[in-house]
Amino acid sequence: MTDASMSTSATLRQRVEARLKVRHAQERRFRAYGLAAIFVALAFLTVLLGRIVSQGYTTFVEYSLTVPVYVDPARVDRTDISGANFDLLIADQVLAQMGIKDDDFGTQSSKMMDILSNDLGFQLLQKVKGNPTLIGKTVSVTGPVRADGALYYKGEIKTSTPEDERKLDNTQLQWLDKMKSTGMVSSGFNIGFLTKSDSTEPEQAGVWGAIVGSTMMLIVTALLAVPIGVLAATYLEEFAAKNRWTDIIEVNINNLAAVPSIVYGLLGLAVFINWLHVPRSSPLLGGLVLALMALPTVIIATRSALKAVPPSIREAALGVGASKTQTVFHHVLPLAMPGVMTGAILSMAHALGETAPLLMIGMVSFVPGVPEGFTGAATVLPVQVFIWENASERAFHERTAGAIMVLLVFMIVMNLAAILLRRRFERRW
Amino acid sequence: MLTWVALLALALFSGATFFAARGKALAAVGGRPLGLHSLPGYYGGYVALWVAVPAALILLLAAGFGGSLEAGLLRSAESSAIHAMDAQQKDVFYNDAITLSQGGQPSETIYEGPQKQALVAAVSKAEHLRRQITYGALAAAVALALAGVAFAYPKIRPDFRARNQVETWIAGLFILCSVTAVLTTIGIVGSLVWESWRFFQSVSPIDFLFGLDWNPQIAMRSDQYASSGAFGAVPLFIGTFLIMIIAMMVAAPVGLFSAIYLSEYASPLARSVVKPLLEILAGVPTVVYGFFAALTVGPLFREFFNGIGGLLIGGGLDGLGQYLSQVQNQMALVAGAVMGVMLIPFVSSLSDDIINAVPQSLRDGSLAMGATRSETVKKVVLPAALPGIMAALLLAVSRAVGETMIVTMAAGLQAKATINPLDTVTTVTVQIVTLLTGDQEFDSPKTLAAFGLGLTLFLVTLILNIIALRIVQKYREQYD
Repeated sequence: MTDASMSTSATLRQRVEARLKVRHAQERRFRAYGLAAIFVALAFLTVLLGRIVSQGYTTFVEYSLTVPVYVDPARVDRTDISGANFDLLIADQVLAQMGIKDDDFGTQSSKMMDILSNDLGFQLLQKVKGNPTLIGKTVSVTGPVRADGALYYKGEIKTSTPEDERKLDNTQLQWLDKMKSTGMVSSGFNIGFLTKSDSTEPEQAGVWGAIVGSTMMLIVTALLAVPIGVLAATYLEEFAAKNRWTDIIEVNINNLAAVPSIVYGLLGLAVFINWLHVPRSSPLLGGLVLALMALPTVIIATRSALKAVPPSIREAALGVGASKTQTVFHHVLPLAMPGVMTGAILSMAHALGETAPLLMIGMVSFVPGVPEGFTGAATVLPVQVFIWENASERAFHERTAGAIMVLLVFMIVMNLAAILLRRRFERRW
Repeated sequence: MLTWVALLALALFSGATFFAARGKALAAVGGRPLGLHSLPGYYGGYVALWVAVPAALILLLAAGFGGSLEAGLLRSAESSAIHAMDAQQKDVFYNDAITLSQGGQPSETIYEGPQKQALVAAVSKAEHLRRQITYGALAAAVALALAGVAFAYPKIRPDFRARNQVETWIAGLFILCSVTAVLTTIGIVGSLVWESWRFFQSVSPIDFLFGLDWNPQIAMRSDQYASSGAFGAVPLFIGTFLIMIIAMMVAAPVGLFSAIYLSEYASPLARSVVKPLLEILAGVPTVVYGFFAALTVGPLFREFFNGIGGLLIGGGLDGLGQYLSQVQNQMALVAGAVMGVMLIPFVSSLSDDIINAVPQSLRDGSLAMGATRSETVKKVVLPAALPGIMAALLLAVSRAVGETMIVTMAAGLQAKATINPLDTVTTVTVQIVTLLTGDQEFDSPKTLAAFGLGLTLFLVTLILNIIALRIVQKYREQYD
């Protein structure tokens, strides 16, 4: 009997132990899946950001050419300064400096003009126009190398690719090498990318216009969405009686928060442009549309901040004779403010990155400059990214990544501000 | 400009009435605020509100709608020369008249004879009307501000309940702000339904919803061949669905497993590092994902499939090899995969909340019975959290359906009814963007079709959200 029971218990024990092994293996596998999932997600994040930085950091390196130009009185007419071809003048001088003789057809100088930015000619024109006594003297100008030339310096255009498949031919590449080795071309931080606005020439295109446009648009959005959102949330949370109407408003707000952003673009097009005639592609219009989009998130964030304020505060204020309105404005709202501001900043950061609705309301147009005002044509950072991504020239791809880096810096600053605000003022009751 | 000056003046004037009324209230009780019903500031505020709000409303209305009113009035009486023009010419004519009257640059249309005279007349009339509207509004604002003083100032007495009155104004403001959200919904639904209704007058809803051919090219001239275009949206629905499925196949497992790991296994330290990192992924603007998909993932996938295709050519799978070696950048797989990455943090943070809401007692019970952690998760936690997780996935689906930038930049424009992930498909949102970017006439079916698509999109996402929110609500109640 003891034998039998011992053998069955042994087999049971063995079975349990065998089963336990399987179960522990399952446990380890399950755990590994979880770790793998997190690893995959973080790997995506690293690849995404790494790829953008690796594509974009070269935007911030600029190759600029400094050349003394003799403003030849024979070629620059004192009475018609704008009529002179300064680009050709500069190209000829650069060629002369490198000891290259141009032929009668000007093939060499037109090749040279292809690697020099027309910004140089424009600068010279401005200088001479401002001070005509410069004619007959030597003026030094500094300006960027044309985008294709810069791509060669950055290693994007390689000598190994066959000559007819790249934009620059062998002569031009030799010139570029020579210009760099003789010190005519020097590299430096591309401040122009941050101070100039959009341009058809990649080497002259910058994000300043888009930064100003984004700022103006966010001002409109914040001025509308934050006060309206905070007041609406306060009403729903502190004042409104629970009835059918407030229920409808609540359901409404929850659903609005999940409406695709592009639908807000359609709303802007139909209501603001076609009905109210708000000027197309203006910061005012963009701000209005984004304010409607941000409103539900501001309301939801404010409500949760208000919910976190303990009822004892309200009761104490009411107890010493404050009215309901005074209680809310003097005590509850100030205490909820850190949470409210955190939510507001986060929804503004979201609005800053939003693109789709702005495409609907005509913000995709080319705007070469800083917006003239709240009703003038403007472009904003994410749309600038979209426009450059669509550009066929390769040099714009690098600028796209550069613009994304600027955009991400703004997002990080706003998010950090929100986090710091929360850390600094967070209160546990 | 004049409006700003007027508003500033109004602000100064109402400020002055504030102090006057406050002073009057204090003077009435000999400078002892205790004798007043409300704090002295409320008496000032009461008068200042009555002065400022109605007048400011008139000024803002005139600034906002003055232009439309002017255009309407200008059109109300038209001479015979204008009467002869067609609708579009009339629009240009009146636009020119208004632009000229503001000293702007008119269109390049040339007006001759009676039309020229009509234009001159219209310009002077527009100037006249604008002056009338501006000064009319100013006069009305001044009158209203004075009426406000006359109405409110005499009421200031020590027993006057100023605080209650001011709080009534504040309550009005509160309700106005809350109603904005409702007005937005009405605006969305109204504009979508109205424009779609116009669209469905030229294209039948049956053709739109069940048609298999999407080709919204409208001929430039009405007598051109194929002037009608085809508006069958089924290929778009299939494309949207395909990309959504691919995205969910990436986002659902990765998001769900990371949520499980974070809530059940991770140490508090790991949690506090990983969660913010995932939130970064959620904060990246969609246009950045689009750029990433179009210029990094697209070429990468193409090269990968072309490489495989190159290996297969000539072998037993020659046909497949030929196909793979010709795969393009803009495949559904690229847009779907990148969209899936975008949705990972969304799925994981929602599921994390839901898993955390499962009571600890359930876990403790299961562990006490000898179950391993993974068995507890699989047999106890997940079944308990299932409705909530389904809701989270539904919300992610609705996000995927409405996502625009990734697909605009990385998916194609060809409307193909295919479920092959390596093929180019287009989605509802891509078509809305393509139909509406650039300058378009607003009454062609081509632009109106975008609103038809928008309405469909809105309804689908709305239904998904309502279902998801319902489930979440029910689920919360279950454990509260």
